[in-house]
Amino acid sequence: MSGYIIRRFLQMLILLVGISILSFSIMHLAPGNPVDLMTDRTATPEDKARIAALYGFDQPIYVQYWRWVSQVVQGNFGRSFQTGQPVLTMILERLPATLLLNFVAMLMVYLLSIPIGIISAVKQYSWFDHVVTFFAFLGQAMPSFWFALLLIYFVGLRNPFIQISGMSTYGVSLSTASLWVVFRDRIRYMILPLAVLGFGSLASVTRYMRASMLEVVNQDYIRTARAKGLAERKVVLKHAFRNALLPIVTLIGFELPILFSGSVVIETIFSWPGIGLLAWRAVLQRDYQVVMAFNLLGATMMVIGVFIADMLYLVVDPRIKYD
Amino acid sequence: MERKPEVTAVTTEVVMPKEETYLSMVWRRFKRHKLAVVSLVILVLLYLMAIFAPYLAPYHYSEMQLDKALQPPSAEHLFGTDRIGSDILSRIIWGSRISLSVGFVAAGIALTLGTIIGSISGYFAGTVIDDILMRFTETVAAFPVMFLLLTVIAILPRSTLNIMVVIGATSWPNLARMVRGQFLSLRELDYVEAAKALGATDMRIVFVHILLNSMAPIIVSATLRIGGAILAESGLAFLGLGVVSPPSWGTIINAGRPLLRQAPWIMGFPGLFIFVTVLAFNYVGDGLRDALDPRATR
Repeated sequence: MSGYIIRRFLQMLILLVGISILSFSIMHLAPGNPVDLMTDRTATPEDKARIAALYGFDQPIYVQYWRWVSQVVQGNFGRSFQTGQPVLTMILERLPATLLLNFVAMLMVYLLSIPIGIISAVKQYSWFDHVVTFFAFLGQAMPSFWFALLLIYFVGLRNPFIQISGMSTYGVSLSTASLWVVFRDRIRYMILPLAVLGFGSLASVTRYMRASMLEVVNQDYIRTARAKGLAERKVVLKHAFRNALLPIVTLIGFELPILFSGSVVIETIFSWPGIGLLAWRAVLQRDYQVVMAFNLLGATMMVIGVFIADMLYLVVDPRIKYD
Repeated sequence: MERKPEVTAVTTEVVMPKEETYLSMVWRRFKRHKLAVVSLVILVLLYLMAIFAPYLAPYHYSEMQLDKALQPPSAEHLFGTDRIGSDILSRIIWGSRISLSVGFVAAGIALTLGTIIGSISGYFAGTVIDDILMRFTETVAAFPVMFLLLTVIAILPRSTLNIMVVIGATSWPNLARMVRGQFLSLRELDYVEAAKALGATDMRIVFVHILLNSMAPIIVSATLRIGGAILAESGLAFLGLGVVSPPSWGTIINAGRPLLRQAPWIMGFPGLFIFVTVLAFNYVGDGLRDALDPRATR
């Protein structure tokens, strides 16, 4: 088993190298010289050469890559071309907003979709199951930005309690107001983005949970449990549920990148001041350092998430023996 | 004594049913999935609408009628008009050309890339080639898709072709993994062994014995990918990176966003078209899954 863990770990390292090369090359496919973006028309060729030398743009491409990677490994993602701030600082500033929104959404989705998926599977082809399957299909086909606009129009614009833009009211913070007031204020802003984020992933997690439960319910040991006269409740909750939960555990690994990278579309619509919004502005302004960092971090989180998922599987499912 | 041969003749005819071809079997099973059939009809109508757009659209997609700006749906303008008085219905009809072809072409590109990479990897499973290809696949799959799309589209010159290629080029990894998985499981089967023993060439084994037998899951996921590609394109267009002339459905929604309060119909109707199209592709994919799998019993 330790052989398997080491092999998976090495694979992860290879992937990280691949990811860094790909993020770096995408940005260098871009037409237009970054120096031109940073200077205006009055800049002389000497000025441009000086700036190119300052940022290392005059070096061969592999030297540029190596410089960039060796800085990144030390946690230095360079400075934004636009604001001059360190990229890492910009990202860390935005991280709490994205984490908050996505964490609450994830909690909500799992709390709802696990029981719904189970009931749907246990009562397969019942009206409940049909309704759930139908809504799951709707949720997967609905463009999230359209759903968001519909919610804004039909709910947000008609209900004074609900806010459609931003994350908090200016001046309402724990230093000026009570916990309850702050909580209430944040809810006003969070309801709609949560609903949009939740509806999309609710659909897929429910389908996943349903499929996993269906697979377990048809196993021999469930029939055995029923045959020996166990109460249906006990069969479902104790024997089936715990085994059906195993594949769900791996999903938690895949949640990691979502937690940290957020959603560009949703954060843009609701002006949620998170990482997605920052990244989107960086794309528009061709702020290469920020975009590269964002691609790199997103992909790295994904790889680490998959690794964690594999390891979790190893822990929770003793049937799996890797050599 | 005379009647007996007659009876036998009748029975033999009843006992031997007409041989059913694979395609008619698939169609018979597909028909059982009502929603999938309805979806298929809707899709055919939508594609006809795209083909005959110039004849169907009551107005030109960018016709300016400033005195008719921001009109709500009426008999004259079924889906209302936008900021410069263009007819939303006409914009949607013309836009279907972009939205629907992006879905098809992008899925086609993903299908081609995924099948080629998955087949090579699956055929050479366990070798260095397989390792390299799979690490490459995982690398591409690791990137947050939407953001990768944004990045690449934002730096490339904006054109329908670029959008199709980029969506296709970022959405093949799952297909490649699936095709590779098919190779791994099929190549162990007896009939492939037998074909080898009979002296079939490598090419024949790959194309006839393995790929042809993997068509069912490949077709199903390609169908689902079309819906995914349409969603991806509309997301990009919504963020302002879409095709403007003729406008794709996402582009129309993007234009309607600042006017949400005064003219909700600008974003409402094109969104409905995206939603229904993607839903229809998903249902057709679902129906095909049931129909193409000979082991499925439902």
